[in-house]
Amino acid sequence: MLTASQIVFERYFEPVFEPVDFELKSGELLLVTGANGCGKTTLIRVLAGILHPTSGSIDLQAAGMAYVGHYLGIKDDLSVLENLRFMRDFLGTSGTSCEELISEVGLTRVVEQQARTLSAGQRKRCALARLLVSQAQLWLLDEPYSNLDQEGVELVDRLLDNHLGAGGACVLATHGAHRPEWGGTIDYHLVSGAAA
Amino acid sequence: MNAEAVNGSLSRAFFALLRRDLLLAFRRRTELLFPVIFLLVVVSLFPLGIGPGPQLLARIAPGVIWIAALLATVISLDALFRSDFEDGTMEQFVISGHPLTLIALAKILAHWLVAGLPIVLMSPLLALWMNLPTESLGVMILTLAIGTPILSLIGSIGVGLTISLKRGGQLLSLLVFPLYVPILIIATAAVMAASDSLPYTQFLGLLTAGLITSVTLAPFAAAAALKISLS
Repeated sequence: MLTASQIVFERYFEPVFEPVDFELKSGELLLVTGANGCGKTTLIRVLAGILHPTSGSIDLQAAGMAYVGHYLGIKDDLSVLENLRFMRDFLGTSGTSCEELISEVGLTRVVEQQARTLSAGQRKRCALARLLVSQAQLWLLDEPYSNLDQEGVELVDRLLDNHLGAGGACVLATHGAHRPEWGGTIDYHLVSGAAA
Repeated sequence: MNAEAVNGSLSRAFFALLRRDLLLAFRRRTELLFPVIFLLVVVSLFPLGIGPGPQLLARIAPGVIWIAALLATVISLDALFRSDFEDGTMEQFVISGHPLTLIALAKILAHWLVAGLPIVLMSPLLALWMNLPTESLGVMILTLAIGTPILSLIGSIGVGLTISLKRGGQLLSLLVFPLYVPILIIATAAVMAASDSLPYTQFLGLLTAGLITSVTLAPFAAAAALKISLS
């Protein structure tokens, strides 16, 4: 579904990480680990197409891509429901019921509240609901466990199980406090380019 | 997917974004009203500053109203992409696979409806304050109706280029004011010609040509600028 060959990304003529090579198939999870500052976020942003690799190539064969990064892309002045409805209309995935997805991520109680009143963990859950709205085959998750309580961490794992079980794929970057339990997990240890 | 389905999904995305931006603008009313109030205050200061001589005011009216419109537009421009850029929504737009040009066009249209259209609607009042002859009032409104969308369109390129800078707003004004000069010259020339009972349609034609050119080219340039700012 996603093949990366010899991806290099340079910032100010310094490679951010060592060349990245992997092949991700349907039903597989690529777990990117590494120290702070080794380029996990940069790699995810390169895979997402926000940044362009300096060299190497990315071959993407997925129906849709969804991304949850450090900036969640939730509008403070819209309610949880309005945020999701906008994304649904914008992406054109009309078959999904936003209310059901909101209850799945446990935000039913705050559905009409403006997003500015939500806690960091609730905002993260709202962003996770957007993953489901997108109906994308490939998920790119950058530190999805941060800010979440124990129940929220379990929620991420459950969503991942469902997604991967249904033939999706996921690239997940984490500094390693918690790791998801999934059979088809490929471990990828990212090494900072400056170390070389 | 066939071409019709793609077109349908693109137009749905366009209108979803337009509706969201208008909703957001009405949720933040202070941001919505500030440029209009700024416009009214700037224009009302001129009679106080240079004395209420009717002939003098009528002479400078087109220039004053148009300069105030430029200032009011530049004030509101920075908000065009900033909030989407800072909260990560722009990244979501890029990943969605929809062309960034279309997204830029929807946001520019929303910006004009919120910041440009009120200027057009206020212009009869401004013209009255500045003692603009009634025969040139219609031309004044027309130049603003054709000209303010050009201001939003050209401004969007500047916003795209300066959005990743912390204090981009200050640089933005230096960047876009020179580009606004031709519009200011043509628009005020049209109104002055109408005041003097001279032909003015050639100026309106030039303005319309400018509008057509900027509608077709500016969204591409703004999208390219946004892509540079994102990386």
